[in-house]
Amino acid sequence: MNAPGSQAILSLRDASVRFGPVQALKQVALDVHRGDFIALVGANGSGKTTLLRLLHGLLAHQGRRELADAKAVQAMVFQKPFVLRLSVWNNLRVALWLAGVPAGERAARAEQALQRVGLAELRDRPARALSGGQQQRLALARAWAVRPQILFLDEPTASLDPSAKKEVEAVLATFAEEGMTLVMSTHNLGQAKRLATRVVWLDRGEVLLDQPTDRFFSEAVEGRAELFLKGELTWSLV
Amino acid sequence: MSVGTENAKYERDCMSSLGESVRTALDLVVHADAVLVRTVLLSLGVSGLACVFAAGFGLLSGAWLAVARFPGHRLLLMVLNTLLALPSVVVGLVVYLLLSRSGPLGSWGILFTPTAMVIAQTILVLPIVAALSRQLVGDSLRDGGDQLLSMGAGPLICALLMLLHDRWAVVTVLLTAFGRAIAEVGAVMIVGGNIDGVTRVMTTAIALETSKGDLPLAMALGLVLLAVVGLINVAIGLIQRGQGSALAGVR
Repeated sequence: MNAPGSQAILSLRDASVRFGPVQALKQVALDVHRGDFIALVGANGSGKTTLLRLLHGLLAHQGRRELADAKAVQAMVFQKPFVLRLSVWNNLRVALWLAGVPAGERAARAEQALQRVGLAELRDRPARALSGGQQQRLALARAWAVRPQILFLDEPTASLDPSAKKEVEAVLATFAEEGMTLVMSTHNLGQAKRLATRVVWLDRGEVLLDQPTDRFFSEAVEGRAELFLKGELTWSLV
Repeated sequence: MSVGTENAKYERDCMSSLGESVRTALDLVVHADAVLVRTVLLSLGVSGLACVFAAGFGLLSGAWLAVARFPGHRLLLMVLNTLLALPSVVVGLVVYLLLSRSGPLGSWGILFTPTAMVIAQTILVLPIVAALSRQLVGDSLRDGGDQLLSMGAGPLICALLMLLHDRWAVVTVLLTAFGRAIAEVGAVMIVGGNIDGVTRVMTTAIALETSKGDLPLAMALGLVLLAVVGLINVAIGLIQRGQGSALAGVR
């Protein structure tokens, strides 16, 4: 976790989101600092995805969402990656075009991004013909190619087999090593422990714990947080 | 002669006439009869052009309707969906009133020309292209709209990218529209006038030749029309099959 007082690159204050009668997030306060790797954890329906989408600016909300640099490049990788029915290469070119990358730079950036995630040899394949893990790596390449200052990841390994999970985690670890700021929602506490520098625990739309990873997993917690960590927060309690 | 015998003779005559018509029709097709070829080419030209114009306007408006939100949006969608069942004679009548000498566009002087037929068929198939492409884009946006927005696309760019994403389904929509255009008779009959060598297309020729009793030409045109519609269906089937196997094959 960054030193107290270091300037946040993205902040939420009293941020609430409501979907019809459902209060999905309640007065959330959260600071994202440069170089953070934040894992958002919590039970199903606790508001992790909503918080990610809110942080990324995809949701209407009440309260304040402030970016230190309004032009900061952000990208998001969704749980189920959406790839266009184009080749792997053209998916990257479209992403770079949408991000406003000059035409002359696109080919080099796309090439680098494919090398980065180990998909260079599959550049001419139809993206929809890739396996789930490969599609997720393409989504990561697409996000990385635009050089985001903040990368949001919504359960990026949720539907992947163990080896694909490992591949994606390895890519994420290298992104973090390069100093990219990452915010990831996950159900996998082991993954949060391995990758994150901070863990934020959400419960019923509220941020109840926000701690450095080592403290989150070593300090004694009580009540629902304890049940969650033990995997005993059952449906009836959720 | 008893009534039963008379009926049997009548049925035999009819069958013989039908058989003879089919034989003559096949002969006209095989020898590429000049009148037949001219009529078929005009039909393909008019309906093809109508589909090109309908594609230009319909795909763009369908994409826009999938992302636009404004007061009356729902009502407009209901109207558009209703227009899917637009009777061709009504289109013919409206275009006739617009283009007739006393109509607001009478000065154009294009009534009873292929141009008028193209206009009528464009109006007829435009709702099909717009409504179906709106549906396609809407479904795809539910799947990946947030991803594209997150990548920096505005709503209209998202919708246009989805048309590219669903391009094979778009081709199917356009073939469906072409099938509707080439098989209709009411609109082209009213605004084209079925003038021999000028505005006579397959459907209007079939109607006329049947009423005149020239069954072989009507039958030949019918066979060609069926073949065209059949080819369209084969094309749609191949596209759908190809699309499925392209995704399933490599995985």
